[in-house]
Amino acid sequence: MIRVILPHQLQTLAKADREVCVDVGGPVTQRAVLDALEAAYPALRGTIRDGESGQRRPRVRIFACNEDVSHDPPDAPLPEAVASGAEPLFILGAISGG
Amino acid sequence: MSGIRVLVGTRKGAFIITADGTRRDWSVTGPHFAGWEVYHMKGSPVDPDRIYASQTSSWFGQIIQRSSDGGTTWEQPGLGPGDMPSFDAPPEDGGMPPKAPNRFVYDTSAETGKPLTTHQWYDGTQHPWEFARVWHLEPSLSDPDVVYAGVEDAALFRSTNGGESWHELAGLRGHGTGPDWQPGAGGLCLHTILLDPQNTERMFVAISSAGAFRTDDGGQSWRPINRGLVSEYIPNPTAEVGHCVHCLTMHPARPDVLYMQKHWDVMRSDDGGDSWHEVSGNLPSDFGFPIGVHAHEPETVYVVPIKSDSEHYPPDGRLRVYRSRSGGHEWEALTEGLPQANCYVNVLRDAMAVDALDPCGIYFGTTGGQVYASADGGDHWAPIVRDLPPVLSVEVQTLS
Repeated sequence: MIRVILPHQLQTLAKADREVCVDVGGPVTQRAVLDALEAAYPALRGTIRDGESGQRRPRVRIFACNEDVSHDPPDAPLPEAVASGAEPLFILGAISGG
Repeated sequence: MSGIRVLVGTRKGAFIITADGTRRDWSVTGPHFAGWEVYHMKGSPVDPDRIYASQTSSWFGQIIQRSSDGGTTWEQPGLGPGDMPSFDAPPEDGGMPPKAPNRFVYDTSAETGKPLTTHQWYDGTQHPWEFARVWHLEPSLSDPDVVYAGVEDAALFRSTNGGESWHELAGLRGHGTGPDWQPGAGGLCLHTILLDPQNTERMFVAISSAGAFRTDDGGQSWRPINRGLVSEYIPNPTAEVGHCVHCLTMHPARPDVLYMQKHWDVMRSDDGGDSWHEVSGNLPSDFGFPIGVHAHEPETVYVVPIKSDSEHYPPDGRLRVYRSRSGGHEWEALTEGLPQANCYVNVLRDAMAVDALDPCGIYFGTTGGQVYASADGGDHWAPIVRDLPPVLSVEVQTLS
């Protein structure tokens, strides 16, 4: 079970708690986790990754084990602590005012 | 017993404010979509409980919301339990489009879009068309499942299934002047959509900073309607396009008469936009954003003068609505109940509306978070709520 922390705006959109859990069958990568997250919460599709390009939105950042993995390849394995559920994957809105 | 429902979009969520027909005691619900910008909400004229909302974020993109119970509960159209939103292209065989309430894709087909891919950027160079957000939602006058969306970068979209999917009316961008359109300070936005209640084939739209446009064939083909506009701040002040039109309005009983608040200048057309003449008259400033028309008096018009394009607040720090009872030229200041000292708020282009009661009610919201209402055509004003986030839009529903 993968733990994911959502930013406030996506919690309200998905009608979900701050921390949600998703199952990933196979390698635990950013793409796999986000695919599972969107399958569990369809309202989130297009909000973290652009719906057309599939690319991470410019003002969204993703952290694992205190490391910024936003620019890592989407199919790169996430840390074992995230894969095991010991640590959550953080999805954040970039700090840009407002 | 009649009632009023005021739909308020703000920088940090939506609010719904209601009262009975006396318009004395107001109840506020919200924030809906807390933390998100709500550019616009509007109800269907044929089913007032059907309301559409544009929820948007520079971080997380565009979301279309829909209510079927007057704004108590909301859903993304087509996204019931178990549904999966799609960003796949509609089938080429003309089959059912996927449910994609948040997919606004510019039409670049040769047949309809004349693949226009660039418009003018602030520095005069060409820039790709890029979807940013929905500024305005305009439900059909006859079908609650038909709704138009004006978007940034400027284009017009239509849904015929209650917002479950959208397609561009590409003849607007594709008619020929698109490469000359350039963004205003708020972006290249299509912010005004007027549907002619007497001619279902006719629509008007306005774009900052391109001008006003009209279709007479239901949205297939379009032409600029900017003759008579003079904008000293553009290279050719009388150009066919390039004018920063801030808002258009009409009285439904007289759809050939249009009123316009341009960047500078208040304008009027008596021939469906074929030609315009200035009616700014004795206004203290003819810069402003919204313009409204009285529900029962087609010659009674309202504007909120703003000092200038660099000083977006009322002249002299006094918040004054100006009313003309003569269709322009002669204006009177309406100040009773409005702050007359140290007031430096703005009133944005979609933040004024009227109700259909008698006497007519006038409503507007400010960037300071107040929504003011007058239940007597503008003679007296009072805030119906006063500490919201900056108000982006105000619409009013008159309920029977």
